[in-house]
Amino acid sequence: MSRQKTTKRVKKTGSSQQDLPCYVTRRRILLSLMGLFFVAALAQAIDQQILQTGFLKEQGQKRFLRRVEIPAIRGMIMDRQGAPMAISTPVQSIWANPRKIGADARELAPLAKILGMDLDKLRRRLAAHSERGFVYLKRRVSPDVAAEVRALDLPAISLQQEYKRFYPAGETSAHIIGFTDVDDQGQEGLELAFNQRLQGSAGEKLVIKDALSRVIGDVEQIKPAQPGENIILSLDRRVQYLAYRELKAAVQKNKAHAASAVVLDVTTGEVLAMVNQPSYNPNGNRSGRGGRLRNRALTDVFEPGSTIKPFTVVAALMSGRYQPHTLIDTHPGSMRLGSFTVRDTRDHGVIDVATVITKSSNVGASKIALNLDYNSLTDVLAKVGMDDVSGSHFPGEAAGQLPDLKPYSKVDRAALAYGYGLSVTTLQLAQAYSVLATDGLMRPVSLLRKDKPVEGKRVLPANISRTVRDMMETVVSSEGTAPLAAVEGYRIAGKTGTVKKSHQGGYSEHHYLAIFAGMAPASHPRFVMVVVVDDPQAGPYYGGLVAAPVFSKVMSGTLRLMNVAPDAPATPRLRLADGGSA
Amino acid sequence: MSLYSGTYSPSGLSESNPVKHPGLLARLHLDLTLLSSLILLCLFGLIVLYSAADQHWAAIYRQLLRLGAAYIVMLVIAQIPPAIMRRWTPAIYSIGLLLLIAVLVFGHVGKGAQRWLDLGVFRFQPSEMMKLAVPMMVAWFISERTLPPRFRHLLGAMLIIAIPAFLIARQPDLGTSLLVASAGLLVLFLAGISWRLIMGAIGMAAAMAYPLWYFMHDYQRQRVLTFLNPESDPLGHGYHIIQSKIAIGSGGLYGKGWLFGTQSHLEFLPERSTDFIYAVISEEFGLLGVSLLLSLYAFIIIRGLYLATQGQSTYGRLLAGALIMTFFVYVLVNTGMVSGLLPVVGVPLPLISYGGTSLVTLMAGFGILMSVYTHRKLLPT
Repeated sequence: MSRQKTTKRVKKTGSSQQDLPCYVTRRRILLSLMGLFFVAALAQAIDQQILQTGFLKEQGQKRFLRRVEIPAIRGMIMDRQGAPMAISTPVQSIWANPRKIGADARELAPLAKILGMDLDKLRRRLAAHSERGFVYLKRRVSPDVAAEVRALDLPAISLQQEYKRFYPAGETSAHIIGFTDVDDQGQEGLELAFNQRLQGSAGEKLVIKDALSRVIGDVEQIKPAQPGENIILSLDRRVQYLAYRELKAAVQKNKAHAASAVVLDVTTGEVLAMVNQPSYNPNGNRSGRGGRLRNRALTDVFEPGSTIKPFTVVAALMSGRYQPHTLIDTHPGSMRLGSFTVRDTRDHGVIDVATVITKSSNVGASKIALNLDYNSLTDVLAKVGMDDVSGSHFPGEAAGQLPDLKPYSKVDRAALAYGYGLSVTTLQLAQAYSVLATDGLMRPVSLLRKDKPVEGKRVLPANISRTVRDMMETVVSSEGTAPLAAVEGYRIAGKTGTVKKSHQGGYSEHHYLAIFAGMAPASHPRFVMVVVVDDPQAGPYYGGLVAAPVFSKVMSGTLRLMNVAPDAPATPRLRLADGGSA
Repeated sequence: MSLYSGTYSPSGLSESNPVKHPGLLARLHLDLTLLSSLILLCLFGLIVLYSAADQHWAAIYRQLLRLGAAYIVMLVIAQIPPAIMRRWTPAIYSIGLLLLIAVLVFGHVGKGAQRWLDLGVFRFQPSEMMKLAVPMMVAWFISERTLPPRFRHLLGAMLIIAIPAFLIARQPDLGTSLLVASAGLLVLFLAGISWRLIMGAIGMAAAMAYPLWYFMHDYQRQRVLTFLNPESDPLGHGYHIIQSKIAIGSGGLYGKGWLFGTQSHLEFLPERSTDFIYAVISEEFGLLGVSLLLSLYAFIIIRGLYLATQGQSTYGRLLAGALIMTFFVYVLVNTGMVSGLLPVVGVPLPLISYGGTSLVTLMAGFGILMSVYTHRKLLPT
């Protein structure tokens, strides 16, 4: 056959050139090699597309199927009426893939303009992370900014849905609600305390992502997102607002350094309001300068001063050695105990136990305490919770501390009788007063709304609590230290405190705490309120002058807001009636 | 020999003896069988490209323009008789060499290599021209001398091949350099150099491999290492080949369907409309599509080889044979690279990959092939 072919070719060629010899073997080998290649290519294709297809498909899916988190919406924090105190709204965050940005470098200018960022800064930032596949450009932008960015349609720029927290109550409740960080995690206050319950659990879904990590489409939901729980607080937004407004006004009027106030519903232990000054805007600047972030009502301890005297009297009556009208000689308005002198503001002469409260006599209280067993007052204070935390579960809450008294330390025993040598928080003081308000029942303090009645634990005898409460009503009379705490139409029981602040190992003569702790209506108390104003510098510094007016305004508003029936005849109307008859 | 047996079949006879009344195509010096299979291949290429280019019509329009230009080039070249080509060969080769030197001196740098010559109006890649000029020159040189070529003639031919191959390798563009050299060497092979020489050359090449390693650029070494073990660096140098294997393999028997290839459309597959378009075909049309494509290539190559054997001048037969075999080498290198049989070399899939330069060169080659076949003195058998 080869011979045949060669002859044929020789016949065909007619050019002047030398003829090309025919190499049959060569041609066969060549064709075989080519055939071999096609067989090899096909074999390779069969190997990859039939034999290995399962493995390679899986490898492919590993590259484009991704599990991604479905963010769970954080639960709401609401006040006792259901009004929102913290709510999450969906917002978009803008992120870039710096590895892919090269192609879009020119299109960064409009992006920078939309985001309100400096173009050079943006470039530098992307260049600095050029090895990474993910860099946030701006988090939580407004919906219109997000829409503009989406309209640019840059492959290296993507959006991600997140939630932003809003705090409608603003600075009035900032301390108690707290706030979340940029990753929606609670950082302060109840946002931190209840973070687990609020955050819910993120879901998971399977999506298709391209090589630039852009989500192309959803495949299936693996696990639905579990939205966070809503939390209903014991707070009443209206009371909270009222208390904050009055406290802020008092701080400004008295040029005070700080202040706190707490309103408790004594029948349940619920906190109706808890406010502090200075405060901050949780929706905006949260700088912690000057301790503005601190929930002072819970975290700051102080010596409660004369507001302890009702408990001194409780201890006295419980001992049986005193009756309300037992007389005590406070003359001449001071008493020496070794090198230490107990002083009253003036000489009250011989007064009974009730008048010790009315006039807030330090000498009287000291004499009572020294006449009792050395630990009977600390026992009473411990029973009303002053050696413990309040049970609010608030992060960073300070515990009260009682002194470890010795029988022979007369100075310490005398000082404790008018409120020095122990430390409490505003909330603890309010809790202790609520024991007097409920005829001797102790209830844990709650920041969450209580929907069922709360059983109280008896810690003081009912009759003694009632007797002391009656004495405390005289404080608000014109004879007492706090007539400014009066609320029209209601009977008020309370006690003032004017405390020298401890200062460099001693006590300052220029820096005071002005305190008023009281309850209403005194006939059958419903609310306890404690107001502490730290270091008023505008002149008056007595609790009865600085703190009592705040109490009066807030308590008056609270009683009306909560529809509490008046228990005192309204004097102006009576006078009008008298005038009419005359 | 069944591949060539068509020559003696009745149809083969009728084709070798076609022209009592020459049709329009014959008068235009075109071969209907080859032309229609080329058009079929290009249409398939456009369909694949539409998917690979993310359904952008603009890419299709540009490719259509290039295809039009390429087919016109083929048509024009087919009109030139092989004898005239032969006469121009030394001039074309010399101009090509000068341009290659010019590229090294004034060339435009693109993607780290100096391959382009900016002529103001358009940019031109002289190395592409050498893909035709080198086999032409070798064929010219050999056909003037005794056949099979003497050893000293072979040395001359080797020089003709080596100079441009070296210049192109310096750009650096190893892929094109190898293609140009193989086109020239294929002419020598077809001219009948002895097996001893071929074996000797293969032995020499094997012996040279070790020292050659030291002359390679880092990126070239890396490609060899990657070829040997792509999984060693899956995010870096092995990325291309791993993604490509995944795309091919996930196509399965029937493929994922046109426009539904996930690996290619989700941007995992690199260079999917150019060098790696074979992976897109594999993923979207499966083993069936690949078999169809390979069959079409095989058919074009067989038809091309047949046309080459029908040439009447030694020059024409040598040149045509070498050109169709270069086409085969293209297919081999590209599909071998994409499917992981060969190391990654930047060679497009002929007539399918997006891009103009190689398209024009390839179609010019087919023009030569048709010219060789159709410019025959009719001799009675």
